[in-house]
Amino acid sequence: MGFNLDWSVYFQELPEGGVFYWEMIVSGLGWTLALAACAWVIAMALGVAVGTIRTTDSRALVALGNAWVELFRNIPLLVQMFLWYFVLPEFIPPLKRWVVNAEPAHAQFLAAMLCLGLFTSARIAEQVRAGIQSLPRGQRLASQALGLTQAQAYRHVLLPMALRIVIPPLTSETMNLIKNTSIALTIGLAELTFRTREMGEYTFRYFEAFTAATLIYVAIALAANRVMALVERRTAIPGYIAGGGR
Amino acid sequence: MAVPPGLVAAAAASHSEATVDKPPAAWLYPATGSHPGGRPPRAPVRSHASAPQRLRPPRPAIDQETFVKSMFRLAAVAAAACLALPASAQTLTGTLAKIRDTGTITIGHREASIPFSYLDDRQQAVGYAMDICMRVVEAVRAELKNPNIKVALQPVTSANRIPLLQNGTIDLECGSTTNSVERQKTVAFGPTYFVINVTAAVKKSSGIRSLADLNGRTISTTAGTTSVPLLKRYEKTAGVDVKEIYGKDHSESFLLLADDRVAAFVMDDVLLAGQIANARNPGDFVILGESLRTEPYSVMLRRDDAPFKALVDRTIGGLMKSGEIDKLYNRWFMSPIPPRNVNLNFPVTPALREAFRNPNDRGVQ
Repeated sequence: MGFNLDWSVYFQELPEGGVFYWEMIVSGLGWTLALAACAWVIAMALGVAVGTIRTTDSRALVALGNAWVELFRNIPLLVQMFLWYFVLPEFIPPLKRWVVNAEPAHAQFLAAMLCLGLFTSARIAEQVRAGIQSLPRGQRLASQALGLTQAQAYRHVLLPMALRIVIPPLTSETMNLIKNTSIALTIGLAELTFRTREMGEYTFRYFEAFTAATLIYVAIALAANRVMALVERRTAIPGYIAGGGR
Repeated sequence: MAVPPGLVAAAAASHSEATVDKPPAAWLYPATGSHPGGRPPRAPVRSHASAPQRLRPPRPAIDQETFVKSMFRLAAVAAAACLALPASAQTLTGTLAKIRDTGTITIGHREASIPFSYLDDRQQAVGYAMDICMRVVEAVRAELKNPNIKVALQPVTSANRIPLLQNGTIDLECGSTTNSVERQKTVAFGPTYFVINVTAAVKKSSGIRSLADLNGRTISTTAGTTSVPLLKRYEKTAGVDVKEIYGKDHSESFLLLADDRVAAFVMDDVLLAGQIANARNPGDFVILGESLRTEPYSVMLRRDDAPFKALVDRTIGGLMKSGEIDKLYNRWFMSPIPPRNVNLNFPVTPALREAFRNPNDRGVQ
């Protein structure tokens, strides 16, 4: 039952020839990065918007925001992925026609991007709401006293402080998003984990294949972490609401 | 039913070992008596013994969980083996020794490989391969002179069956696994019990009648199966250009075909027949007559384990020599089978008849 490892397997060619296993892994990495980046943009934009409207005094907007968060937060990601790719096109005939004729990878990418983007947006919305609500009530009252409209109060007073406060949880969320992209393999998107499993199935060298994938995921997540830490340092304003305990 | 009555209980028992809660300590929650401390009596303590028994092991939610569990089990087995070594002078080695020491044989089964190994309407693992494996289990019980050896069932997928066999999570894989020369470098196989053709299922209305008609179309296949490299090779040699979508299991690949998302589902013919038989409108589908390749199916076991391999060969070869295999075959391929009582109507092919006549474990190139 022992394992004897053979690291040269990355430099072997695929059975159909012409392509090396390391190239296959790199192509998977490309999809993973593209998917994570696109989904992150969607998640950030929607997450901040939804999180913000949940703290306004409009009951309708709060209800909408709550419904959004509960919808995307309460369905398992794996199930959401299945619904976006397999079920949704069945109800929208034009989308179905597009999906059938499109390049399979494009349809898979679109479904995975929307799925991950909206799922993560619900989580980010919750953190942004918590960030805004952590501010002292006086901040909102003072901006009203100065004659700012609600939109101006958010734009110039509340959000600049709240968003700085929530950078650390957003870092975690970014790293989670990167790792969650592996769920896209269930709809057949040839991202990093999919390619890793494929390499394992071809060569039966699962240990070597997954070692590479593990190191790559750690490296990407760590890089995202460092970038976010840089953002945190660069945007910090000494003496502003959150002094980072200093 | 294919599964002996003891099997369900055994599987449940092996599962409960791992998951039952510890009974609450008696001093912490006194069930009866007065409460001098003035503490109000608590709600009646739920007795451990009367806790409802689970009827079957739940399906693992994720592979990591299985992996962790299997690593613990592996560690436990290794530790037990080290401790037992000086004391026992028995000559058993490998899988048989593991089964003797743990009192359990773990069978890897599939969830949707109809009719080889799949979950029926009561979520029990049944099928042709499961019936054959249960004969092996009987033979193991006889060999070890221990009729109480438990059977644990572990669902496996195309992608994880080999690692789970190698790391000792399962002892025998009973599904629809192709015996190939490449795989024989890593694992061993029992005698061929089925011979399949790799081909495509299409909708009758699609007008596709040959593999060449698939040129320019999108097809589905299941990730991690031998169909994938085979299809790529065919594309190269026949100059056919198809786009592939990978389902994570056969049901999902078939769903893509049933929903008209793809023009064909490329897979082993009998698995296609199984999916079609369970479809809402079986009459809508047809299996192409062409074959990309012929492949033998066998049970899979660990490599370099001569005693266990000999037992498996002897048992399954015996079924074939005595003609008993025909009874099992007819039961699963020529009669209505659960979950929907459809008949696959898949008679023994000449290639399979030959394999029954001369039991062998030759793999395909």
